[in-house]
Amino acid sequence: MNSSTQTPSALPLTIRDLTVAYHRKPVLWDVDLEIPNQRLVAIVGPNGAGKSTLMKASLGLVRRASGLVQFYGGDLDDKRADVAYVPQRESVDWDFPASALDVVTMGMYRQIGWCMPVRKHHRESAREALAKVGMADFADRQISQLSGGQQQRVFLARALVQKARLYLMDEPFAGVDAATEKAIVTLLQTLRSDGATVVVVHHDLQTVPLYFDHVVLINMRIIASGTVHDVFTPENLRRTYGGRLTLLTEAVEALSRRQ
Amino acid sequence: MIELLAAQQPDWLRLVTLQDYNARVVLAGTSLLGMACGLVGTFLLLRKRALLSDAVAHATLPGVVIAFMVMVAAGMTGRALPGLLAGAAVTGVLGMLAVVAIQRWSPLKDDAALGIVLSVFFGFGVSLLGVAMRLEGVNAAGLSSFIYGKAASMLLADAMVIGVAALLAAAACLLLFKELTLLCFDPALAASQGWPAGVLDVLLMGLTVAVTVIGLQAVGLILVVALLVIPPAAARFWTDNLRKMIAIAGVVGAASGAIGTIVSALFARLPAGALIVLTAASLFGLSLIFGRARGLLWRALEHRMLSKRVARQHMLRAIYEIAESSRTSDARLSGIEIPITAVVSKRSWDEKSVAADIARLASDGLVTRRGDAVCLTRSGEDEAARMVRNHRLWEIFLLTHADIAPAQVDRDADRIEHVLDESMIDELESILEAQTARIPVPESPHLLRTAEELAK
Repeated sequence: MNSSTQTPSALPLTIRDLTVAYHRKPVLWDVDLEIPNQRLVAIVGPNGAGKSTLMKASLGLVRRASGLVQFYGGDLDDKRADVAYVPQRESVDWDFPASALDVVTMGMYRQIGWCMPVRKHHRESAREALAKVGMADFADRQISQLSGGQQQRVFLARALVQKARLYLMDEPFAGVDAATEKAIVTLLQTLRSDGATVVVVHHDLQTVPLYFDHVVLINMRIIASGTVHDVFTPENLRRTYGGRLTLLTEAVEALSRRQ
Repeated sequence: MIELLAAQQPDWLRLVTLQDYNARVVLAGTSLLGMACGLVGTFLLLRKRALLSDAVAHATLPGVVIAFMVMVAAGMTGRALPGLLAGAAVTGVLGMLAVVAIQRWSPLKDDAALGIVLSVFFGFGVSLLGVAMRLEGVNAAGLSSFIYGKAASMLLADAMVIGVAALLAAAACLLLFKELTLLCFDPALAASQGWPAGVLDVLLMGLTVAVTVIGLQAVGLILVVALLVIPPAAARFWTDNLRKMIAIAGVVGAASGAIGTIVSALFARLPAGALIVLTAASLFGLSLIFGRARGLLWRALEHRMLSKRVARQHMLRAIYEIAESSRTSDARLSGIEIPITAVVSKRSWDEKSVAADIARLASDGLVTRRGDAVCLTRSGEDEAARMVRNHRLWEIFLLTHADIAPAQVDRDADRIEHVLDESMIDELESILEAQTARIPVPESPHLLRTAEELAK
C-alpha cells in the first residue's frame, strides 16, 4: 500500500515487551524481537514454548497482556495489505463445502471489500496462485478430497494471492509429504528473492540450517535470535530445549552436517 | 383465514389452487420463512452453532409474555404481533448473550451453556405465562400457541410482517455471503485480514434471532430449530459447493413451509408447525439417501464399483505374477496354466470369491479357465502387464523417493495404484527411466514366490 513511503529502517516486524497469558499462566514473557528484511526466518522451540502464540499475538488474534507490535514501522491496521497469515492446517474444517479455488479466493476478500461479489479476474488471480504451488489441476476439487500436503499448498496459495511483503506461516511443514516440503521450500526461496520476508513456525531442527537463514529460538521468552550461523549452536539449543537429549543429538548432527 | 377454509371442508380444491387471497398470503409467509431459515441456517450449521438457535427460541418465551402484559397494561389488546415479536427478540438476544457469556467467561463447555440458558429462560417464560393466564379480564390463552406454533391463527398483517422480515434476512445472507463464508471457514484468517470477526459473528447471531422470532407464530419455539438445521443439513448431501448448498437449503426450507401449511389446512386438526418440520424431515430423508454428492445410495454404488475394480485388478495381477515366476524362458505368459490353489494362497482369499473373480475376468475375455487351472489370454496378458508395470513403478518410486520401509510398500502401492492418473504415471516413468532397465515391466523389487511354492 504505502510501500513507497517506508523508510529503509522500517523492519517487517518489531515486537517490544510482548507478554501473553492464558488464564494467568504466562505463555510469552517480555518478548523483544526484530525480524530483518528479506529473510527466511524459522521460529523454533519445544512444544508449548509459545511459537504459534507469538504469531497470533503479533496479528492481534490473541489478546496481549502488554507489548507493542509494529509492522513495517506502523500499526497493523495500516499495514494489513503487507501482511499475509497462514494458520495451521488443522485449524479449519476441511469438510467445508468449498473447492480449492474458493479457498484461495478468500485471500482476496479484503481487497474485494464489503458486500461486493467475487469477479472473474479475482478467480483468475487465484488460479495463478494455485499454479505457483503446483495445484493448477486441483482448482475445482472439493477440499476434503485433497491430501494433507495439497491442503497445505492451497493455504500457501491463499497467502500468495494477497501479494504481501511479510508472510507469517504457522507450521506449513507439519504433516506434509516430501514432495510438498520441497515445493514449499522452493516457493519460500522465490518469495525471498522477490523481496518478501517469510517467518515460519518450524518443528524439525535438522532442516533449520538447510532451509532458513535466520532463526529465533524461543521458550516462553526469546532465547536467541539472529543468523542461523551465529545463533543455531548446541549451547543455545540446550538453553532452549533443556535436557531433552534426543532432540539435541539430532540438532548436533544437523550442525555437523552443515560444517 | 386458513382456519375458516379448513372448516368448510369441501373447499380443499379452492385452497390448493390458492384462489383465496388470505390463504395465498399465509402460504407466502410460511414459504418465505422457510427460505430465510434455510439461508441463515446454512451459515449457522457451518459455524457449528446450530443448537444456539434452539436456546434462542426457548429464550423468547418470557419476552413474548412480558410484551403481552406490557401491552395489556397500556390498554391495548395485547395481541399485536409486532409487539410480541419485539419482546421475543429482546429476551432471545439476552439468551444468546447469556450463552456467549457462559462460553467465554466460565470453564463450562458449549453444551452446558446451551442447556442452562435454554431451560432457565423457558422455565421463566412458563411461570410468567401462568401469571398472565390468571390476570383478571385478560385472555392470554392465545400466547401458548407460540410454544407449538399455529400458522392457522396468522392474520394477513402477521403474514406480511413475517414475509418482509424473512426477505430482509435472506437479502442480508446474500449480501454478506462472502463475509459469512470466511467467518465460518477460517475466523483466524478473517481477523488477520482485518475483518471485524466479532461484528460478523454478532450479525450472524442477529440474523438467527430474527428468523427464530418470526418463526415463532408459524412453527412454535420448540420446533423452529428444525427449520434452521434440517434444510441446510439436507442440502449438504446434494453438493460440495456452498453457493449451491445455500440455494438448495432455501428451496428445501420454502418447500417445507409451503407443503406443511397446505397439508395442515387440509386436515383441520393437524398443527402447521409440526407438519412443516415433518415435511422438512422427509426431504432430509430423501437427501440422505439420494443426495448426489454424499447420499448413502451414491456412496454405496461408488464403493461397490471401486471394490469390483480393485478385486479385478488384484486377481489379474496375482495370476500374472504367478505366471511370471513359473515361466522358464522369455516366452509370453498367456497360455501358462496356473493351478487355482496357487492363486488362492497368493493372498488371503477364499476359494469361493477367487472362483467368482476368475469367472468375471473370464467373461471379460482376460483369462480362460481350464478345470482346476487358469491361464491368461493374449489381451489379459497385455492388460495385466500394463497394470503390473504401473504398480511396480509406484513401488520403486516409494522405495527410492520416500522414507518408507520396504515391507509397507506393497500394501500402499495397492491402494494408490487404483487412483493414479496417466500424467502421474508418465512422471514416474521419466523419474525412474534412469534406474530401471526394463521399463515395460520392471522386475518386482521383492522376491515373488513361484506357483509351486504357493501351491504347497
